[in-house]
Amino acid sequence: MTSAVNTLDTMAPPPRTTGARHRASKRRGYWRPRSIGQWLTLAACTVLLIYFAFPVYVIVSTALKGPGAAGGSLGLPSSIDMSGFRLAWGQLKGNLWNSIQIAVPGTIISCLLGALNGFVLAKTPFRGAKLLFVLMMVGMFIPFQAVIIPLFIFLKTLGLQGTLTGIVLVHVIYGLPFVTLIMRNYYVNIPDGIIEAATVDGCGLLRTFIRVVLPLSIPGFVVAGIFQFTNIWNDFLFGLIVTSQQTWPVTVRLNNLLGDTSVDYGTLMAGALMVAAPTVLVYIGLGRYFIGGLTSGAVK
Amino acid sequence: MAPSILLTFIFIYGFIGFSGLISLSQWKRPTRRDLTLRSPFGGTYVEMFKEQRFQADLRNVTVFTVLFLLVTVVGGLVMALLIHHVVVAKGLFRTVFLLPYALSFIVTGVAFRWIFNPSSGINVWLGDLGIKNPPKWSTDTTVAFTIHHAGDGFWQIDLGIPRAIIPIVIAAAWQLSGFAMAMYLAGLAGIPEEELEASSMDGAGYFQQLRHIILPQMWPVTVTCLVLLLHTSLKIFDLVVSMSGSGPGFVTDVPGIYVYDMMGRANRYDKGTAAAIVLLVMACVFVVPYLARVYRKEGKGA
Repeated sequence: MTSAVNTLDTMAPPPRTTGARHRASKRRGYWRPRSIGQWLTLAACTVLLIYFAFPVYVIVSTALKGPGAAGGSLGLPSSIDMSGFRLAWGQLKGNLWNSIQIAVPGTIISCLLGALNGFVLAKTPFRGAKLLFVLMMVGMFIPFQAVIIPLFIFLKTLGLQGTLTGIVLVHVIYGLPFVTLIMRNYYVNIPDGIIEAATVDGCGLLRTFIRVVLPLSIPGFVVAGIFQFTNIWNDFLFGLIVTSQQTWPVTVRLNNLLGDTSVDYGTLMAGALMVAAPTVLVYIGLGRYFIGGLTSGAVK
Repeated sequence: MAPSILLTFIFIYGFIGFSGLISLSQWKRPTRRDLTLRSPFGGTYVEMFKEQRFQADLRNVTVFTVLFLLVTVVGGLVMALLIHHVVVAKGLFRTVFLLPYALSFIVTGVAFRWIFNPSSGINVWLGDLGIKNPPKWSTDTTVAFTIHHAGDGFWQIDLGIPRAIIPIVIAAAWQLSGFAMAMYLAGLAGIPEEELEASSMDGAGYFQQLRHIILPQMWPVTVTCLVLLLHTSLKIFDLVVSMSGSGPGFVTDVPGIYVYDMMGRANRYDKGTAAAIVLLVMACVFVVPYLARVYRKEGKGA
């Protein structure tokens, strides 16, 4: 049992392979580029870095110029004006709170349900489990436009259209295929012995899941949680269709500000920073899980 | 588990079926539910395909998809190779290249709308450089590499590359090439070191190794990347809405926006669902064979 748990712990971050080991030894050896090829590689990376950072620079510098930025260029701000942030906060704070109320429960509920689904698909071989899994994966690949009109009609009939409950429900349901995939791929690697031991001890499937499997699932949850949170926070289409003015998520509100001629680009960029902040912080804080999940979910 | 899976199946397959039914019916206004089949059968599709706007949407989304996939996959591969070999600040480069992936398309759209604004943004710099007629970017209505001119036969639009699409390709590639890079990095880490060492012994240079050992092994990653990115680009909506909207003469309109407009402003549920079904079919042409392959592989694994 102990060794199995250790194996799981080492599996949690992105798998370390020969390449990684090789890179690590290289890193210990020498820090500076030594050949022309290495200098060229570094130069190319630096050019790309500037390219990738440029739009981020544009957002930040325009936001710092404040509402006076309207006619300006892309240059550095000559003085820092924070009033754009104040204006943006006034416009967006209600919607930021909506987004939190949508993304947090949406993430938690879909992760728990997805873990249960993934566990059953990985550990109880029943007829058609694989077909079911693939049919579920199709759910990740459909353009959501193909369901939004019936979805709208359905939620309206239930009286859930325009409510936070409605949008959380939508995110949970359409997020499930993805979370199930991540969790199933995670559970496939848990040794059957652990589960068998629990079953011998007289636990049923659900109790085995709660007592034994859930505590082992933390790394899987982190990966699935990061993605669910990011997907729900960044969603626009469902927010636009399913919510009403009072329940708009912040992405919908930010887009509406674009059409508002009284709102200038300085304020808009400050707002864009506020919309971007939560997912960027999650990404920077938990980046290695992010990359691990990206590839474990997709490269199969 | 059963209830949640059942719900997912209803919300995916049930609703797709319902969309298909609406697209064949006479249901136009949201409040006037009318599911009687339109006659002749499928008339809504015929009407839609003859429409100038929908034709522009098909052209735009095709051009966007091809350019976006090309730039993103090639860019992602080059970035992954560079990161794989760079000896300084590897983590910094990787973090910054993947950062846009964490952003909402709306945030990206707002930033690039400003960058490509014809009267501000980079055009101010181009003006400083002495360029008299800077590009009009997403408000440019001209079509490059025209292979067919409007008004001649079925197509009522110029077929070619609408110049206004280019800024949107740039923005989308900025956001997603880091994703392709991360996938390729995982692929590169899986190449056995011994193979590369053995070929070095045989005197192979780096570019020979790239061609004969590395690139062939990147093929499965490339297929996965293409399918995942294709699905993003066909349904593209938020980025275009926030960056340029439908544009003058629907020059940046895409099916995603069409569906939304038909559902809301235009009061045409039938046309909205028909366009959505067309999108779905376009996605399935590529996704179904891919998933079938995954399914077969899973079958062998067990």
